[in-house]
This record gives sequence, structure tokens and C-alpha cells, in this order.
Amino acid sequence: MKDVTLTGPFPFSAIVGQEDMKLAMILTAIDPGIGGVLVFGDRGTGKSTAVRGLAALLPPISAVAGCPVNSAHEGDIPEWAQVSDTAIIEKPTPVIDLPLGATEDRVVGALDIEKALTRGEKAFEPGLLARANRGYLYIDEVNLLEDHLVDLLLDVAQSGLNVVEREGLSIRHAARFVLVGSGNPEEGELRPQLLDRFGLSVDVTSPKDIDTRITVIRRRDSYDRDPGGFLTEWRSTDMELRARIVSARAGLGHVEAGEPILRDCAELCVALGSDGLRGELTLLRAARALAAFDGDRVVTRDHLRRVAPAALRHRLRRDPLDEAGSTTRVTRVVEEVLA
Amino acid sequence: MTDGEERWQRVNLALACFALDPAALGGIWLRARVGPVRDRVQKGFETALQGLSLRRLHPGIGDDALFGGIDLAATLAEGHVVRTRGILDGRAILLMPMAERIKPGLAARLATAIDARKGLSLIAFDEGAEPEETLPPALADRLAIHLDLAAQGLSDAPELALDLAALAEARLLLPRVTVPDSAICEMAEVAARLGIGSLRAPLQALALARASAALMGEYRVEHADLTLAVELVLAPRATQLPQSTQEPPPDTEPDPPSPEEADTADEGDDQNQTDLPPVEMLIEAAKAMLPPDLLARLQAGRAARQAPAANGSGAAKKGNRRGRPLPSRPGRMGGDARVDLVATLRAAAPWQPMRRKASGVHDRLHIQMSDIRLRQFEETSDRAIIFVVDASGSAALARLGEAKGAIELLLGEAYARRDHVALVAFRGDGAEVLLPPTRSLVQTKRRLAQLPGGGGTPLAAGLKAALELALLAQGKGMTASLALLTDGRANVDLAGIANRAQAGTDATAMAKAIRARAIPALVIDTGLRPTPGLATLAGDLGAPYLALPRADARALSAAVDASLNLA
Repeated sequence: MKDVTLTGPFPFSAIVGQEDMKLAMILTAIDPGIGGVLVFGDRGTGKSTAVRGLAALLPPISAVAGCPVNSAHEGDIPEWAQVSDTAIIEKPTPVIDLPLGATEDRVVGALDIEKALTRGEKAFEPGLLARANRGYLYIDEVNLLEDHLVDLLLDVAQSGLNVVEREGLSIRHAARFVLVGSGNPEEGELRPQLLDRFGLSVDVTSPKDIDTRITVIRRRDSYDRDPGGFLTEWRSTDMELRARIVSARAGLGHVEAGEPILRDCAELCVALGSDGLRGELTLLRAARALAAFDGDRVVTRDHLRRVAPAALRHRLRRDPLDEAGSTTRVTRVVEEVLA
Repeated sequence: MTDGEERWQRVNLALACFALDPAALGGIWLRARVGPVRDRVQKGFETALQGLSLRRLHPGIGDDALFGGIDLAATLAEGHVVRTRGILDGRAILLMPMAERIKPGLAARLATAIDARKGLSLIAFDEGAEPEETLPPALADRLAIHLDLAAQGLSDAPELALDLAALAEARLLLPRVTVPDSAICEMAEVAARLGIGSLRAPLQALALARASAALMGEYRVEHADLTLAVELVLAPRATQLPQSTQEPPPDTEPDPPSPEEADTADEGDDQNQTDLPPVEMLIEAAKAMLPPDLLARLQAGRAARQAPAANGSGAAKKGNRRGRPLPSRPGRMGGDARVDLVATLRAAAPWQPMRRKASGVHDRLHIQMSDIRLRQFEETSDRAIIFVVDASGSAALARLGEAKGAIELLLGEAYARRDHVALVAFRGDGAEVLLPPTRSLVQTKRRLAQLPGGGGTPLAAGLKAALELALLAQGKGMTASLALLTDGRANVDLAGIANRAQAGTDATAMAKAIRARAIPALVIDTGLRPTPGLATLAGDLGAPYLALPRADARALSAAVDASLNLA
């Protein structure tokens, strides 16, 4: 019925509205060091569409063809992997789905039971973390994932290294990926310790405005009816965005953040009472990535203002009686401090 | 036509539309208990979907059955890996009985499979008896058609009439059906007015309207098709009653109708219906479908989502301690099971010489199905009872000793049941966590004995400390419940200042915050006489209220135990 050969994910730039979410994802694409993105919101608001669209938008990575961890050079291949094909090829940025209820074995990798039982060989079977190296790991309903798995993921995401010590195996491999978690807060919340370890956090809601909703439905409907035509139509917009991201990546190292900006970051975090220093660091990195995205050479207060809610809203102490929500609190404090 | 007959006709149409384009519609959520009516529907499915591959799943299906896995028996026999086909491979229609028991993990996998649009769709037979027993919302959102046959009588449910030849014709017509732009706007607006947040719903409604048009032999989606789509797709998802038609939203009326709108409006007139604009007519259609107790149902649905174990699938605890390892035991490999390799090899070792001789192959291990040993963990679901004890002057005089006695008795029982117990006391100008959740009987008894009394009653501070403790316990995978023992005369507010009015307001606000998080609670009035204010507080907490003005420790303990066990 549908032409399968022409399908690709829904184009990132064709997503209507949800500017906060799109900006947060673009910032992590520019500087993966910001840490993951947590997207909390209603169902059917385009959370997974955005992740898949972004990966398709990013420039392909060059990697060793047979390498299980997408190594860029032959020298980076972990010694346990028996790679026969060492040609360097271009692959799309990997986006790996972590299904709910996945076992620890599947995530970190485990002893290859097939080989162990049939041939008596001790071999390592790489898990999802290996495949996600240099790409994105997407967890839908991250709030329903078992806590020990979330702990493990955040730990790996931060260290960039997956260490497996079990069943007589001692294996390590690079696992640098951007963690994108999404969920519906009505079905359960994340522990504050875990929240804090996501770099950015955004709230998405379904658009209330009828015209916006109509545009969303119209675009999605025409994509479903004719994916090929729709993709062609949006290709140039997507390519423009790609070019901006690529040049922002190149310019990132040259963006300067002066003493007053550092002071602003610190003052913001103190005023909000966020624990630890992770808030300041993320805020600074995100502001710098935003400056690079805008093509600016210097981080300004305006950049801080725009990224502060996403970088800080999940780091506040929760007040059970506060109905206003964290975003409002952050915005208020930002206005006071940067007045 | 009676309600029942009309409903049955809609079932018939829904079935035909679904048979036309199962992949675009995602599936059907059919809520009906097992019985002759459901049997008729099921028979209808089998007729309508002839020629398509139908596969049955059960709610406990494992990953290897879903996605395919290693066929261990064949692998071991042949010496190389043999894989089985998963149930999600290829195009198929999945039939899921007892769908109300689907766990979130399976729901997420099925939702991803349906989203991938590779030709999979799901018919979920939801047999839930209570409003809380229902399909996981993430999955329900992907299934376009929602049917509730709970009220359908057999007399109104004749055999479903499905014309297979007409279906085949309509299937050819389907790709050529066009949707006027105004229809897209109408669906979006109706969905918004019914309070449907998800944007999947209007898209699914359009897909259904398209199928319905093809079924009628039309090349263009007409008003009747949209009405059917509203009835089958949008109305069952409504979360609010649409505003009354007397005052239509100002942004639709003053605008001069665009050519397309005028076009459809004319058609509406042609059909000799009321002169309402098309959106209003669709809203009317949706309203007719809304159950009279919509708001009560929504409340139940929300409660079901918040109460962690209320979905009829048993108390699956999230993030619980992963349990004590048990000795490995023989079993089948697959899904979540972890093979205990050492035990497996140990079981296989004595047989190696015999098997080598028998098979004539000498260079590999001979392992058979019967040797496989699986690792076992015992998982326990812990309960944490948080006692919030009023140690203020007024309470201390009369009841503190008895409250202490009751807690000690409960502790003894909790110890026997391996429950965790925590202790929060409030007096003077604030609350104090005397003991975080623990199983240590000795420690709790000691802390309790040392608990001094006197001062004001900062009830709100006590509740706040208890709420924080309960959330912490939940984060660790425990089920937390609160037991509040007080004589209820709150006179110190959250800030620690003696102000009776503010103290009462703060306590009520905290109680509501606790209720919003669906933490079960129990209020025990330890005053010499029942305090009316405490019954109100219990109402705010959504908790049972026990007035025990003359109870001794043993009666108190029995009451707490009974209420918490019921909860």
C-alpha cells in the first residue's frame, strides 16, 4: 500500500511548535557533553518523532564497518571484538531504543550464551550500550524503567565507558551517547538524584491552539499519505538546520564566556538553591552551545535566559505545596537575578 | 432503533472499517466481558479478516516469543544457532484476550511495534470488571477504535453481517479517497473541544473517515464519515464535556466562512439536517455518545493510573531490591531468565563421555535441554508503615503512652511480616523523623520509649515530614502507608508559629498534597473525645477515620492492622 523505499522518519524541521524540546535536542547535538535530555509530557506530543527526526538530520558518522561499538578508527576497536571488516564506512547517527523491561544483560552486554553452549567459547555479546556509542539512546517511559537500570545508564552516560565484570568476563568499551528520556509524569516520577543527572529537561504539552493543532495534523497526514513527497519537500529546510549544527560544532571551541557570565550562572544556582555544582556547569555549557548555534562569539545574558529553564528546572528542591511548577520558579528567579 | 441496536450497527461498521485498513487504524480496544455478545464480535472478526494472518498473544508473553529467540533444543541438537520466528515479524493482526492484564513493559513493546507501521495491528479484548482495570494508556492511545460493549444485550446483537465482496471492492477504492482540508480542521477542533490532548486521535479519526468513505463507495470523505469517526474514535476519548452550543467559540463565528467551509456547510443543508455549522454537528454526535457519568469515570481512570498496583496485573513492584539469590533450578531458557552457566556445565559434565561416544562428535561440549539451569531470585514487595505521632502537650497528657504501646504491638507484627516501620513525631514548633524506614525492632522501641511529650501541635509539619519520608520509601520500591495518631487540635503552622487558623489551613493543604500522591493513610483520633475537625482532615486525606477515645493499645493495634490490610 505504501511505498516503503521512500520512507524516512518524520523530518525534524517539520515538527510544529515544541520549540523548547527542539532547542534542547539541538543543543545536545552540538555539545554532547551537556548530558542527556529529559522530555516529560503528554502522550502524542511528538517526543519520539523528534528524537528520530534529529538523528536523521545529523550528518552521518564514519565508522569501522564491522565494529560493534561504531569506532571511528581501527585503533579504537576494543580488543574483545573480532572485527573482520575494517573498512571505514559512513553510517547514519545511531538511535537505539531501550525497550521498557529490558534486562541488564541486554543493556550492558553479557556472555554470549549461544557460543558458550554450542562451541564452548567464552565470548562477549555486546548490548544496547555498545550499539548506541556515538549516537543516541532513547528511552520512552523512562519513569517506568527499573531504578537500577536508570542508575547504570546515567553512570555510563557520564563516564563514557561501559565496564562489564561478570560471569568471568572483564570487558570495557567506549559508550558515549546522548541519553534522551521521555515519560508521562502522571504515571510515576523519577527520583531527584536521577533527575539531577540529566543535563536538560523540558516539559511538553499538547498545543492548545486550534490552528497549531490543525497544522500538526495536516503535516502528519500528508507525511502518512506520501512520505516520499513530504520528505523531499522538507529536505532543504532540514539541510539548512544540519549546516547550522555542523558550523556550531566547529565554532563551539571559540565561544567565550566571561567572568560576569560565570558569576551570573553561580548567582542563579544559589538563588534557586540547586544542590551541587552540576547546575552551573550544565547552564554554562548549554549557553555556550546556544551561542555557537546563533553564530555568536560571546555568551551573553540573553543566552543564559533562554537556556536557564531547561538546564535548572529539574534541579530544584520540590515543594509539595507549590502548584505553579518549576519552570515558573526558574523564570521568576532569572528575571530577578539578571534584572 | 434502540440504543443497543444503534451500538451494534456501529460495531459492525467499526469492524468493516478496521478490516479495510488495519495498519493505519492501529487496532481496536474492545471492552466486554466474556460472553455470547463478545463471541459474536469475535466471530465477526474472523469473518472480516479472512485472508489476513491472525495471531493470538497472551498478556504474559515473553520477549523471545515476541521478537524471536534461540530455539534451544534445535540449537543444542544441531550445534549451530537456530532461531525461532517472533510473533511481531511481518504483517499480522494480533488478538490479545485479557488485555487489561498487560504490563507496562509489554504495552510499550506493542506500542512501538504498532508505531513502526510495518503492518501490525492489535485487537485488545479488555475483560476488566472494575473501572480501574483497564488497558495501559500508552497502548490505548495507539488503538483508533474504542468500543465498550458492557451494556450490550444479546437480543440486540444479531450475527454481524459483513459483505466480503464489498470489502474487497472498498479496499481497492481506499487509496483514492481524498480528504477535504475542512475535514482536517473539523477533526482537530472537535478533538480540542472534547479535551483530547493527544494528536494521534484526530489522525486516527481521519483514517477511519477515509475507510468509511471507501466502504460507502465514495471518493471523498463526507460528513457522515466524519460523524462515524467522531463516534468511534473521538467520543470515547473525551476528557471534558464540550461547551454548550448556545455560545460557540468567538473565533469560529465572526469570520466569514472560507470557501471550503461554506462548501461543507452547504452539503450539511443538502442532507436536510439542522443548520448548525459542521463542527457543532460533530460535537452533537460526540455528545450523544458520551456516558452520563463521564466525570466519575475520569476520576476512576486517574486513580487507576496513580495507584501503582491497581491495574489488575498484580503488584509488580518497580525498582524493588532485586532479591535474594536462590539455588538455580532446571528450566527453559528465554525471555528474562538468566542461565546459570556454571551450574549448567556442572549438570552436563558427568554425561560428556557418554554423549561423545553416542554422537561420535568429540570436539565440542554436549549440552542438552535438560542440563540448562536458571538463576532464581526471590523478590519481595515491601510495605513501609509510617507512624506520625502527635507528641504535643495535649496528647501527651492522656494518650501518648497508649499510642506508644500500640505502635510497639504493631512493630511486633510488622517484624513478623517483614514490613518496614518509620516513626515521625511532631511537637513544639516542628516535626522530627525519629526513625527512617527500618526493620529493627530494638532500635524502634528504644527511640519510641525516649520520645518526650509537650508543646504545641504542628500537625502540618508532621504531615510534611511523613510525606517526604513516604516519597523516599516509594523511590526505594516500597509501598508506603501513613498512620496518623493525633488529638487533632493543630495550633502551630508550617513556619513554626503558633497560629491556630493558619495551622488548620496548612494541615488541610498538606493532607490534600498527600492524597494527590495516592498514598494510603489512616487517621486515628486519640483525643479524649472525638474531634470533628479530624474527620474532615481524614476526608481531605482520603483516609478512614477511627475515633478511639477509650481504646487501649491492643484495640488500636487491631484497628490499624485491619485498615492497612484493607488498603
